[in-house]
Amino acid sequence: MADRSPAPDTPELRERWGAFEFTESYRAKADRAIARYPEGRQRSAVMPLLDLAQRQVGEETDTQGWLPLPVIEYVADYLDMPVIRVLEVASFYFMYNMKPVGKYHVQVCGTTPCMLRGSDGLIETCKKRGMSKGHVSEDGLWTLTEVECMGNCATAPMVQINDDNYEDLTPERLDEILDELAAGKQPKTGTQIEGKHTSEPEGGPTTLREMVDANHDYRGEWK
Amino acid sequence: MLADKDRIFTNLYGFQDWGLKAAQHRGDWDDTKSLIARGHDNIIEEMKASGLRGRGGAGFPTGLKWSFMPKESKDGRPSFLVINADESEPGSCKDREIIRHDPHKLIEGALVAGYAMRARAAYIYIRGEYIREAETLQAAIDEAYDAGLIGKNASKSGYDFDVFLHRGAGAYICGEETAMIESLEGKKGQPRLKPPFPAGAGLYGCPTTVNNVESIAVVPTILRRGASWFSNFGRENNKGTKLFQISGHVNKPCVVEEALSIPFSELIEKHCGGIRGGKDNLLAVIPGGSSVPLVPAEQIWDAPMDFDGLKELGSGLGTAGVIVMDKSTDIVRAISRISYFYKHESCGQCTPCREGTGWMWRMMERLRTGDAAVDEIDMLQQVTKQVEGHTICALGDAAAWPIQGLIRHFRPELERRIEEHNAKFAEAAE
Repeated sequence: MADRSPAPDTPELRERWGAFEFTESYRAKADRAIARYPEGRQRSAVMPLLDLAQRQVGEETDTQGWLPLPVIEYVADYLDMPVIRVLEVASFYFMYNMKPVGKYHVQVCGTTPCMLRGSDGLIETCKKRGMSKGHVSEDGLWTLTEVECMGNCATAPMVQINDDNYEDLTPERLDEILDELAAGKQPKTGTQIEGKHTSEPEGGPTTLREMVDANHDYRGEWK
Repeated sequence: MLADKDRIFTNLYGFQDWGLKAAQHRGDWDDTKSLIARGHDNIIEEMKASGLRGRGGAGFPTGLKWSFMPKESKDGRPSFLVINADESEPGSCKDREIIRHDPHKLIEGALVAGYAMRARAAYIYIRGEYIREAETLQAAIDEAYDAGLIGKNASKSGYDFDVFLHRGAGAYICGEETAMIESLEGKKGQPRLKPPFPAGAGLYGCPTTVNNVESIAVVPTILRRGASWFSNFGRENNKGTKLFQISGHVNKPCVVEEALSIPFSELIEKHCGGIRGGKDNLLAVIPGGSSVPLVPAEQIWDAPMDFDGLKELGSGLGTAGVIVMDKSTDIVRAISRISYFYKHESCGQCTPCREGTGWMWRMMERLRTGDAAVDEIDMLQQVTKQVEGHTICALGDAAAWPIQGLIRHFRPELERRIEEHNAKFAEAAE
């Protein structure tokens, strides 16, 4: 089990986040999420709402966002749920940040398939740049986390930074990506191997070659 | 090798657009109304005849699973289809390709499967980390609604059917079907005791079937081409085509659709450019995602990649996430990292798993450096047996099996490390 607890409930925290509420656009998204579940089951929307709240906190703090206790209370109130039920969801699921993170949350996958393809080197690269696991770097730019399998195993090793995946990485390429992010640029996402499209074998697919250049319809060949 | 015309996921690599128009050009949503017109039970019978076994890991016959759903609602409760897109098993990355490159196959499959089992709606539970993938899938769902393919009178079939997307938030355990239902209800993802089984009382207490993305996405093609087409591929009891995901020490890791029962050697040589450093450099393979025991090189090479073939080797096909390890691998560390994964992902509900996964990982870390006594290997084996089968869900088993596989096949290596460590210690003491 992952050990996760909320950030301390201090007067400063209340001062900063006590008046939190969804902006108009986040409120619209939240209400759309609630509408996906049957009447009387609005509690099902607690996960999308926590995600939205974290994203709004992120926008307000120029970080990936996190969930201060007053924000969790706001979500509980929004869904008419006991606070503890929301808090236990927030602390159970790993993607909810229970404490502040940097502008970029660098999540290096360290599980075996990535480990076999060199994730150690990626973590090393991050550490060389002054990141340390679970901490916000001094410039506020980075938080490093070693995460469990992200489901990109055929394009390992990989890193997820905020909403984007960077796959087929080398330590050098990761270094460049971090440089680009620090400079405010958007690096190329997905596989980093030149000429490779997604998860096909490097050098070109061994199957479905017609699909590379045209939207081939195979039904004519069915018998 | 499987012919391209017999591949279901023709846009697997996303060279072409995932959008509705392009998908329709490839054959998706082609007269879906007529598939539905075949009737609930005919569709289920066809699926049974196709031999399709669940693609999420357990390999339970899909058609049979659907037939457990009630034929009529005596008390007014609706039925639900829940689609498991919480792909989090280390080594698995196939559902992601379906979702981001062929999402309409999944949505059409949801309608047809949902109709067959008399469900009112489908909830697709996608893992939270698939952020861009969820955006694509939601856009595809919106397209399908706008085109009248799902929703009221879906595809003009006279059947009303909704498809909703629900994003997880980073918990492997939610891939377990009852944990997924708990999570959908807005709770911690802790598995439920069975019975009652979901087909009796699942989501919101209503009859529910949980199916893997791949199991659902292949349904329309099977119905269009017929059960006998699908059952043409693979050995008896292991029918059909399957997405294989090969990671680790091969020259070209990839995802590829192949016929079940393809020999391991063919899969690797044809699609992955062979083992890094050549065939003789192969050490071991975890053939079905991290939960299944490893298989040593000499046993896996000619083995058929299917449910029964890998079971005979004391392992399993699982999700067909094939993790290849060459001789440069620190095999104890590779398995220990998997033990850490299960420790991290245990939901904490059952004591044997909550305590056992941590215990096993710490033990594995000592074995990695050799800082242990030889009889502790037996103690570890015993502990895995105390976790296995003593928990509500299969996470306990999944944590135990990789370690048992390591001890079964690499005990001499574990002993060698202990002896080496102790010899160093003895030297230092002199």
